Amino acid sequence: MTTAIREPEQQQELPARARTTRVGDAVFRRTALGAALLVVGLLAGVAIFLVIQGLPALDASGEQAYGKPSVWSYVGPLLFGTILSSALALVIVTPLAIGLALVISHYAPSKVAKPVGYLVDLLAAVPSVVFGLWGIAVLAPRMVPIFDWLNDWFGWIPLFAGPVSNSGRTLLTASVVLALMALPIVTAILREIFAQTPTTQQEAALALGATRWEMIRMAVLPYARSGMVAALLLGLGRALGETMAVAMVLSATGAIISFDVISSANSNTIAAAIANNYANAAGLKINVLIFAGLALFVLTFAVNFLGRYVATRGQVKA
Amino acid sequence: MAKSIDVSDLDIYYGDFLAVEGVNMHIKARSVTAFIGPSGCGKSTVLRSLNRMHEVIPGAHVQGKVTVDGQSLYDSAVDPVAVRRQIGMVFQRPNPFPTMSIYENVLAGNRLNSKKMKKTEADDIVERSLKGANLWNEVKDRLDKPGMGLSGGQQQRLCIARAIAVEPQVLLMDEPCSALDPISTSAIEDLIHELKSDYTIVIVTHNMQQAARVSDETGFFNLKAAGQPGHLVEFNATPKMFANPDNEATEAYISGRFG
Repeated sequence: MTTAIREPEQQQELPARARTTRVGDAVFRRTALGAALLVVGLLAGVAIFLVIQGLPALDASGEQAYGKPSVWSYVGPLLFGTILSSALALVIVTPLAIGLALVISHYAPSKVAKPVGYLVDLLAAVPSVVFGLWGIAVLAPRMVPIFDWLNDWFGWIPLFAGPVSNSGRTLLTASVVLALMALPIVTAILREIFAQTPTTQQEAALALGATRWEMIRMAVLPYARSGMVAALLLGLGRALGETMAVAMVLSATGAIISFDVISSANSNTIAAAIANNYANAAGLKINVLIFAGLALFVLTFAVNFLGRYVATRGQVKA
Repeated sequence: MAKSIDVSDLDIYYGDFLAVEGVNMHIKARSVTAFIGPSGCGKSTVLRSLNRMHEVIPGAHVQGKVTVDGQSLYDSAVDPVAVRRQIGMVFQRPNPFPTMSIYENVLAGNRLNSKKMKKTEADDIVERSLKGANLWNEVKDRLDKPGMGLSGGQQQRLCIARAIAVEPQVLLMDEPCSALDPISTSAIEDLIHELKSDYTIVIVTHNMQQAARVSDETGFFNLKAAGQPGHLVEFNATPKMFANPDNEATEAYISGRFG
């Protein structure tokens, strides 16, 4: 839309000759414009589909709304489960990713840092089904003792109220898997941001007699602050939409609101609920699931926009 | 607090590459010593070896001795962080911390050294350092504004204020005026003259007039040939260096007949 407004101005500024002779420019400009419009068109198409197919669900109730009085009381708890699991994943991934990225960018000698960086990137290539299998077979049983410990010591926090699940396939386990899945993208972005800290800033801190950690606190982290927020929000976006791993790991009770993340009564997430129920759905139930998809779409959209906004607003000029 | 520096048989390496070879010199306390020479001859490298800043580059190391009032800088027991707290440095491009106010920039070094500081004490340090850097009158009404909002010359004086706030024994300056206009340069040169009474100053400069104006002693560095290590050609009192140098190469460089 903005392109269409700007176009006449640019053409007036350019001398006629430049416009006729540079064929390559014209081809490239049209191609780029086409690609941009295609993306916008696709996104709009998805949004329109979700709205048209999702809105009839507002009439659903009872059996069609999976036993809930209205579609809101079905989608609401799912939205809650989605946000809770993703928020927990973010809490877990933040220190891991910042530490890992700092090791790669500032602590490890380049002989070590490069392979570690590649390995983290490779983690992104592991299919989510594999993460799901690993979560069920390996992680979940090993989480049970940790849950017991959390319940013993921090049972007064509603999150760890218990009773502890025997299978370990709880929302917290799903969050740990989500955190590991978001780790590569968040680490990769953080690593690049940390590495971009101007040398002059780092030398300024070191010359004042800062240790390496003090230098990082003084020069690197302030410089990277907005980028860190953006990276974490992108990671959050990844966790929000993840389907397969959650659907496999989480033994969900259905659409309930439960802050208890270590018991066997678990809130489900939107993506996992759609994946689990869509094959057996018919009639208005399909619309209900699509409506849930619309809610997820709006949520991820908002998170991504927030990330971009923070990234552009807080940029520090060096 | 100003101290003298002795350098003897100093070789500086980047990995296996010998960058500077066989430097011997005595830098007097409370004086200004200038390093001049063509690009790539190692004068900045020598300067940075005086507070162990060159070690920031992986693989950089030295052989030989650097002592500050008899205390060796490169003893295995000496922590480079402690060295840098006593030997301050000002860089080629002004580098105030972008997210900090003018006030916090001045105190950055003090905050590292002592965690707790009373407000009045901090105010005193800021005022004294900014006055010492001839910047107080220009910024005293906007101490809480970001340091990046100042002009280039003011930013460089802010960096000098930050360096002297911790009362170092020596102040190293790596081409501190090369990114500044003539008026700001003149302000910094005046400041160097004033700081001389309290600090030992070592300055690297590409501007020979500047070396002649500000320094008491001058060291001329050169390369024997491209790819060869740099070395110290001549080290003498500045008036003698510029009027009647001992070495022909020095005279050729100073009079512009270099090549």
